[in-house]
Amino acid sequence: MDWTQYLTPLTLGAWVTIELTIYSTVFGALLAFAAGIGKLAHNPLIRAISIGYIEIFRGTSLLVQLFWLYFALPVAGQAIGIDLRLPPVAAGVLALSLNIGAYGAEVVRGAIQSVSKDQYEAARALNFTPRKTLWRVALPQAIPEMMPPFGNLAIQNLKDTALVSLISLSDLAFRAEQLRNFTQDSTTIYTLALLMYFGLALVLTAMMKLLERFVGRWRAGAR
Amino acid sequence: MLFGIAWDTSSGWAFAVSILPILLIGMWVTIQATVLGFFIALAVGLVWAALKAAPLKIISWPAAVVTEFLRDTPLLIQLFFLYYVLPEFGITLPAFMTGALALGLQYSAYTSEVYRAGIEAVAKGQHEAARALNLSGGRTFTHIILPQAIPRIVPAMGNYLVSIMKDVPLLSVVTVLEMLNVARIIGDRTFNYLVPLSMVGALYLIMTLVASAGVRLLDNWLPKQGIPLK
Repeated sequence: MDWTQYLTPLTLGAWVTIELTIYSTVFGALLAFAAGIGKLAHNPLIRAISIGYIEIFRGTSLLVQLFWLYFALPVAGQAIGIDLRLPPVAAGVLALSLNIGAYGAEVVRGAIQSVSKDQYEAARALNFTPRKTLWRVALPQAIPEMMPPFGNLAIQNLKDTALVSLISLSDLAFRAEQLRNFTQDSTTIYTLALLMYFGLALVLTAMMKLLERFVGRWRAGAR
Repeated sequence: MLFGIAWDTSSGWAFAVSILPILLIGMWVTIQATVLGFFIALAVGLVWAALKAAPLKIISWPAAVVTEFLRDTPLLIQLFFLYYVLPEFGITLPAFMTGALALGLQYSAYTSEVYRAGIEAVAKGQHEAARALNLSGGRTFTHIILPQAIPRIVPAMGNYLVSIMKDVPLLSVVTVLEMLNVARIIGDRTFNYLVPLSMVGALYLIMTLVASAGVRLLDNWLPKQGIPLK
């Protein structure tokens, strides 16, 4: 088989990888903001839930989380009489988002805490409500600070999507493995797969740089 | 039965207690793979850092591209690549060694950045003072720069040790019997995935908490101004 014939199945797989990366990065970012802000909340219950979530998902392996959601959750559901069987796509996106969200939450928390204290005092002096302080004062200044680590996390997430091939989702890694089983031409196939992942990572890095420039306008004193 | 240890499925708790020793055998493999991968990452990362710092572009540039490539591609594919491609070139390694090598190579890209950042963080005045005292380049590096860079390098390396530990379960795809693989085999044979997989999660939490606490202790113990190498 000529190497160009591998490109069609690999590209099909790459599309699945791209979709998974987009879904889990967006969903993970939402979780990151929720848990990161939740960790700074005054309500002890919200704080405890956020800390528990962050510690569990940062403290265990992504593959363990993925297998738990895919293999163990249905058993747990059966025990309490609820059908918790997830299709592979749902389990994959859920595991990836929960995992990257926990890492992102620490970034969000750090960035919000790095906003200078004077800003909060000024907001209070202007009689801003806590919610308004968060949305209008803290977040616009914190988000530009979050972008460089978020860029690294997005790349990490792209790389982590390869794990979903282990619960039989036909992403790029899965297609490569399938082709290898079929043709035994490991060197060519895995070299192509590595190059495609590298290309995707470069595109993703460029996109995160653009986003970084876009939100950079919110930095204090940027105008 | 696995590793000669039988399990007891009479109740949930009895099952959990009976499979714990089996999981601990898997955990020992996980720890071994973590440590071996970590040392490979430390050694290879140092080589990358030295190459990237080379004054000749023809040396530093390819090193930068290779580390970028190692960092931006999934560990799973790198692992498959080493596992299937190395034998084609006549290099046959046991699965465990291939796995540790893949972990070490991926993380060498990260550790090389830690070395670079740690060395660059040493104040410029230190270089100038060393030059004013007429110290040779080699002596400046080993006696002035390195002692001050180490306290900055150690905590970052510790974090990567924990990351490597969390990536070890990937080795199960090349038949390494680490903790997650052991738990899956137990699940496959007893049709009960909930107990072994939850136990693996809990054991992982304990391992990473202990490792992070160890890193923090080491960080507090290291004097911030630097450690004398003599």
